[in-house]
Amino acid sequence: MSMTQVEPATTLAQLQETKPDKVTIVLLSGDMDKAMAAFIIATGAAAMGMQVTMFFTFWGLNVIRKEGATSSAKDFLRKAFGWLNKGGAKNLPLSRFHFGGLGSIMMKKVMKDNRMPSVPELLETAQDLGVNMIACTTTLGLLGISKDTLIDGIDQLAGVSTYLAEAKDGAVNLFI
Amino acid sequence: MIESDTTLDTLGYFCPMPIIMTSKKIKQLTMGQVLEVLSDDEGIKKDMPAWCQTTGHEMVGLEEEEADPKMVYKAYVRKSK
Repeated sequence: MSMTQVEPATTLAQLQETKPDKVTIVLLSGDMDKAMAAFIIATGAAAMGMQVTMFFTFWGLNVIRKEGATSSAKDFLRKAFGWLNKGGAKNLPLSRFHFGGLGSIMMKKVMKDNRMPSVPELLETAQDLGVNMIACTTTLGLLGISKDTLIDGIDQLAGVSTYLAEAKDGAVNLFI
Repeated sequence: MIESDTTLDTLGYFCPMPIIMTSKKIKQLTMGQVLEVLSDDEGIKKDMPAWCQTTGHEMVGLEEEEADPKMVYKAYVRKSK
């Protein structure tokens, strides 16, 4: 049996030239300010020609849930949880000074007056720029969120291996 | 005074919008053309050269102009890829 000699196709320099840098962001938080930071980095990186993957888990899933979507869970505990844990990129609380919703209303007004994009607008921009979005299946199950209550354009439902496969080649990997 | 082929107005927009708008606009230009980007976000002074370095476009120059109420920055980018 003979072995075929494989030519090293490209040098490292050539590889680096053709392969765009990868950026991965895990968004665990469902707070408006943290989601904003995540999307600003994601859209900025995509605009710089980098290949961006966002991995949404736990409360971060609320960002990519349709507005007003309720839990599909059958058992009482998860049902109750779904009732408490409302989704929708428009409805995210602030991590500080939320004041039962007043804080986030004020923040949204300040942002609008200053022509800063809102989280829903940043999300749309990220999708336009081809940011790859992955929803974590484990926490979808845990929080009783069914996949049809996620917004359109979520590329994959996956787990930790998919994230790590992306992250091991990542030039920038963030956990927010 | 740097010559440009087309102008992109990002006045009033904050990071990351000027960079995102630039990355969209530059696609409409042909190779070698120069894009003038107007911005009043001071971050553009650092961000535009960084964007150029990463994307492979040429940063031709940057001009500042006193304006009311904020400084206006004009960044010039030559489409190079």
